[in-house]
Amino acid sequence: MTAGVLRQIAGRPTAAIGAALVGGWILVAIFAGIIAPYDPLHSMQPLVLPGGHGAAGEAHWLGTDYLGRDILSRLVVGARSVIVLASAATLTAYLVGIAGGLAAGYSRGWIDSVLSFIANVILSFPILVLYIVVIVAIGASGANVILAVTFGSAPAIFRIVRAITMDIASRDFVAASVIQGETVLRILAVDILPNATGPLTVDFCLRLGYTAITIGALGFLGLGLPPPTPDWGGMVNEGRTLAFAYPHLVLFPCLAISSLVLGLSLLADGLRAGVGASR
Amino acid sequence: MNPAILEVSGLSVALPPGADRPFAVEDAAFELRRGEILCVVGESGSGKSVLSSAIMGAPPKGLRVTSGSIRLGGQELTGLPDRALRRIRGNRIAMIFQEPMAALNPAVPVGKQVEEVFELHARLPAAERRERAVKLLAETHLPDPARIAQAYPHQLSGGQCQRVIIAMALAMEPEVLIADEPTTALDVTTQAQVLKLVRELRDVRGHGILFITHDFGVVADVADRIAVMSKGRIVEIGEASRILAAPEHPYTKSLIAAVPSLTPPPRAPMSEASTEALAVDGVTKRYAGVTALDDVSLRLDRGEILTIVGESGCGKSTLARVIVCLTKPTTGSVTVEKPGEAALDRTARRADRRHVQMIFQDPFGSLNPRRAVGDIIARAAMLGGADRKTATSRAAALLAEVGLSREAYARRPGAFSGGQRQRIGIARALAMEPGFVIADECVSALDVSVQAQILDLLRRLQSELRLGILFITHDLRVAAQLSDRIAVMKGGKIVEEGPAEALLSAPADPYTRRLFEAAPGRGVV
Repeated sequence: MTAGVLRQIAGRPTAAIGAALVGGWILVAIFAGIIAPYDPLHSMQPLVLPGGHGAAGEAHWLGTDYLGRDILSRLVVGARSVIVLASAATLTAYLVGIAGGLAAGYSRGWIDSVLSFIANVILSFPILVLYIVVIVAIGASGANVILAVTFGSAPAIFRIVRAITMDIASRDFVAASVIQGETVLRILAVDILPNATGPLTVDFCLRLGYTAITIGALGFLGLGLPPPTPDWGGMVNEGRTLAFAYPHLVLFPCLAISSLVLGLSLLADGLRAGVGASR
Repeated sequence: MNPAILEVSGLSVALPPGADRPFAVEDAAFELRRGEILCVVGESGSGKSVLSSAIMGAPPKGLRVTSGSIRLGGQELTGLPDRALRRIRGNRIAMIFQEPMAALNPAVPVGKQVEEVFELHARLPAAERRERAVKLLAETHLPDPARIAQAYPHQLSGGQCQRVIIAMALAMEPEVLIADEPTTALDVTTQAQVLKLVRELRDVRGHGILFITHDFGVVADVADRIAVMSKGRIVEIGEASRILAAPEHPYTKSLIAAVPSLTPPPRAPMSEASTEALAVDGVTKRYAGVTALDDVSLRLDRGEILTIVGESGCGKSTLARVIVCLTKPTTGSVTVEKPGEAALDRTARRADRRHVQMIFQDPFGSLNPRRAVGDIIARAAMLGGADRKTATSRAAALLAEVGLSREAYARRPGAFSGGQRQRIGIARALAMEPGFVIADECVSALDVSVQAQILDLLRRLQSELRLGILFITHDLRVAAQLSDRIAVMKGGKIVEEGPAEALLSAPADPYTRRLFEAAPGRGVV
């Protein structure tokens, strides 16, 4: 990431909006303890409408849910878990995908055949079914969400890294390192990986968005964080039956998920343009 | 004298603000007559390609014609709306490109692509279109034109593709042909045939041809008149014979002086018996049924430059890859011999890479864009056994040795020109203090003046360090200037080998003779 890429982002209104949305949510997650007006687990008057007041006169900007918990507080604290979980899951998926992709793309031969076969087998399952199978098998918890997402998205990352590695490995500067007797690990770390960061950064940003959606979906299916932990997908699920009478139960968590994912997509677009321009 | 068909006067094309000069083309003025080849010569960045695209009415994105006039047969072209220009392009002015393969659609048979020109510019019945397309292919001397019309570009050679492009350009009988480096991507023997065709178009069909090139050899072969461009300006224009014999402008003089002569300079005989030698013994390399190298044997002493000359596909790059252990030969061996020691075979040389290093062809692909050049060179020195401190100081010394400033150390490759990068590549190869260096087409991507500097540098380093250099090139001129010995390769075999002077003055093999006769500008520059 260079200053040139950042300038590109600043120069594009959509990318700037994306950066603002993502940055905003990150700030909310960091300062959740200060921003949240109430304890997200504390029950007060149930089903207060947005802007309404509870029995003791407390203001609820976004209303309360069926157990009387403040929705704004739950969203703010929930931001922390979705951002931490999505980043951790995407990062571990990347670690696995990059390691496999570099090994397969550089060595080709049987290592490539074996790794590509495994990746193709995993990719042949519908991804959501795969998540459900994994979570049902190992139980619902934060760590297991990370595990499931890694399992599901590492193969796609593996394929991207493998293709980029094959391309870069055919360049002359890699041949020069080989002729000088450079070690394979150092060739991968110094010659290949740094020259792949552009496309990988863009993909990372997009994938972070997909992962946020996935975590929402898992929460909605009751496979995310166990209740009563605030969880955006879980909030949509809990409000589902009452949504016709009290749409705010579903509307605000949905808006939260979409704004975060939209922000990441816009940011990825901006990065793509920036990476392209700085080449 | 024939009438002028294309008159350009006061033509300027502005570069976007922040470029290294305000104009890509500045105040260009010339005329092109019927039945004449006007060569526009210049080095990369001189503005010659911008000039040709401006005449076609399609300057590169971001550039625009700011002043001047382009008149085609008396009709002013500047300021014409795009619709009118489209009717002129391909119809009255046609273009021939540098990369024939890239200019053709790979998914359409070439005959159809020639027919498409008629579809754009003339209403003809399908049968007549087909007939005329085949006739055009025949006029460019393609063998069996009816069959070739059915072929896809990948089934044809580069020279055949270029003939198809020429056929497309001729389709509407344009008054002006613009050829932008049309033979640069072709082998010498193919180039000679295409140049012959271009001369024939001038003589028989009477086209006015604007021929853009960087190669003075090619200029000497085809030009009636020459315009020399430097930094966007035409610095000298005149009759070809006059400019080649007595150039007036200092830039023209320096360009012509930089063209390597085909006559080798006198060389001192090798002083003493050599201590070390690189020996290639009966190396054969087969890939999936194709024999890339067929029983190649060579011997290179330290302190000697052996050049391998050959056209594309002759196996010369495969030989380089085998010698530096990037590719394993099917049979045969490459060893480094030292007197009184066991010969170093492939295993020994892979364990100790200090004996043979390599300089690459592409100055833009052979340096890691993410690393400072000093670090690249220092790392090579460390792999050669130096400690970090010695490696750093050796890298700095090598950068100075190849003529780069002290500040170059911390910069990345992107900050350097092609010639400077090639110097960095040389420094990297020398950082391991090898006895032998393989240089694969290491000057063919460079302008002549830069090429001359790099060749000088190589020769100086070679004698200072008593290097053995295996130099691989397609360019006979470079081979003549640099080599002690020359080996000519064709179809994976060495067809002839000998001392440079003897081989160049009396080639014995028929292929060698054909290669020498095809060298552009023979006898003139």
